Amino acid sequence: MSYSPITYDNSPLFERRPLTYSPNLARNRFNQALTGLAGVFAAIAVLPLFLVLIYVLIQGGKLLSLRLFLDLPPAPGLEGGGIGNAILGTIVVTLVASLISIPIGVGGGIFLSEYSRNGWFAQAVRFANDVLSGVPSIISGVFVYGIIVATRIIAGQSYSAMAGGIALSVLMLPTVIKTTDEGLKLVPQELRWGAYGVGASKVVTILKITLPAAFTPIATGVVLAVARAAGETAPLIFTALFSPFWPEGVFNPIASMSVLIFNFAIMPYEAQNELAWAASFVLVIMILAANLLARWISRMARP
Amino acid sequence: MTSAPPPLSDAAAFTLRRRPASEKLLDQGFHYLTLALASFVGILLLAIVLTVFQGSREAIHTFGARFITTSSWDPVNNQYGAFVAIYGTLVTSFLSLVIAVPLGVGTAIFITEDLIPAQLRNAIGLMVELLAAIPSVVLGLWAIFVMEPAIRPALNLLHTFLGWSPFFAGQAQGPGMAPAILILVVMILPIITAISRDALNQVPVELRQGAYGVGTTRWGALLNIILPAAISAITGGIMLALGRAMGETMAVTMIIGNSLNFDLSLLAPGNTIASMLANQFGEADGIQVSALMFAALILMVLTLVVNVIAQWIVRRLSLKY
Repeated sequence: MSYSPITYDNSPLFERRPLTYSPNLARNRFNQALTGLAGVFAAIAVLPLFLVLIYVLIQGGKLLSLRLFLDLPPAPGLEGGGIGNAILGTIVVTLVASLISIPIGVGGGIFLSEYSRNGWFAQAVRFANDVLSGVPSIISGVFVYGIIVATRIIAGQSYSAMAGGIALSVLMLPTVIKTTDEGLKLVPQELRWGAYGVGASKVVTILKITLPAAFTPIATGVVLAVARAAGETAPLIFTALFSPFWPEGVFNPIASMSVLIFNFAIMPYEAQNELAWAASFVLVIMILAANLLARWISRMARP
Repeated sequence: MTSAPPPLSDAAAFTLRRRPASEKLLDQGFHYLTLALASFVGILLLAIVLTVFQGSREAIHTFGARFITTSSWDPVNNQYGAFVAIYGTLVTSFLSLVIAVPLGVGTAIFITEDLIPAQLRNAIGLMVELLAAIPSVVLGLWAIFVMEPAIRPALNLLHTFLGWSPFFAGQAQGPGMAPAILILVVMILPIITAISRDALNQVPVELRQGAYGVGTTRWGALLNIILPAAISAITGGIMLALGRAMGETMAVTMIIGNSLNFDLSLLAPGNTIASMLANQFGEADGIQVSALMFAALILMVLTLVVNVIAQWIVRRLSLKY
């Protein structure tokens, strides 16, 4: 037997370079350029928020006074006035929307998570829910116009706060269902087993154990959905319409801040434009506060 | 438990209780109640489609396919063609996507890499999310009084240099397609950024370690390994953003000029289906309502198709690692 001698080749397998970072290499230059570009893109992405907030706070803050919250908007061409009816109207319409969409949404979410987690029907409902969340807000306005306003089905009235609330609830529903479904899925299975083990029925388990355990994610989602609904305009323009007066119940047209901003922004009067900025101020503060509240709720739960 | 309970020894310290009929009824009732509430979503979606279709039947009969290809919108003679609005919807949403995708994905990369301290990254992420919370109508107000006057000189500079092309013909004189596209960018940027950020965060760290292990640079790893791994989720997010851009109403309505005449120039006023609905629906009657419903049907079909494709991409092509 002959052994082939193992020869050691001293020539380096790889080209030897010093193990130091050289910024002048082409690939490092390329790296730095792209990093810089991403930084610029991020700066551009945050810029609009700052610009919008600054203008809304400055322009809207100018008119901030008690009268803004207590007075009615002025007739076109007149000075002064406030947006009291619009603030109240936004609260009323959003409340109607919440009262409709939260029970339906939480109930539907309970079914998806607790009764039919991976069944074909639950998957179909989830798919429909995702599609529904992509339906443009103006379409929900057209839908409610066609089914409620044009048919005068509610109390014989055409345009009403009720119709506006229903249009908003169509937009809120997908968010509420999704957050309930996802929130309940996070509840550990052991909690349910424990409840069944001590003899609780399914409905008691859900209402007393599972649902309270998932309160935080559901509450976060609901607060975000309400905040989004409060700022929506498109579904309200031809359902709730607008009213220059104080709200007259839910079966009459009602003012809202978002529609007021739209109507007054395109008016050629200085006083109206200023009220549009003031309404934006109130609306943005409310919505940002709701968003921060939602964040705070979800942080509270995290140990 | 319908069969008889097994005999229990006296040592068992509990009494076996049969579930009373009322409790079973309650259990069953709650099950069916939640089933009904869940079905409501499907019924609602169906009702929306049927209502809009029913409302547009008269216009479909009268105008047919001509509605899509002609551009006369004439309430006096009851002649309706939605070409201007359909064209405007497609052009504004696609061009806003062209601008927003690099910005959004770039921002997402910037806040998922460890380029800057974590607090700063989270702050940027939070700010982009808060931007999504600002109501569309407030952005529209800002666009009318702040953005449009500010960018008009830049648009006119575009006209000076590119005025030979029909897309930049004519001076910018206020509301128009270009400001509408820019405000759409602001509105869809948060969606693209948020979804891209989640997609990039879900790429397993082993992929990155492997890439660094064979000696690539940060952007070598990003462009060749991490972005390809996350591309399906990012594409799904882009499709969702496209759907949002198509249906976006208020900000666009306030800044696009709502012109009923066709103009190829991006600096001239235009129209979209959504803004046409917002402007005319309240005052329309007769066949105009039906024509607007027809336009709404077209918008709905467009967004439904885009959204279903987006859902399909997100479900079918989700990360396989």
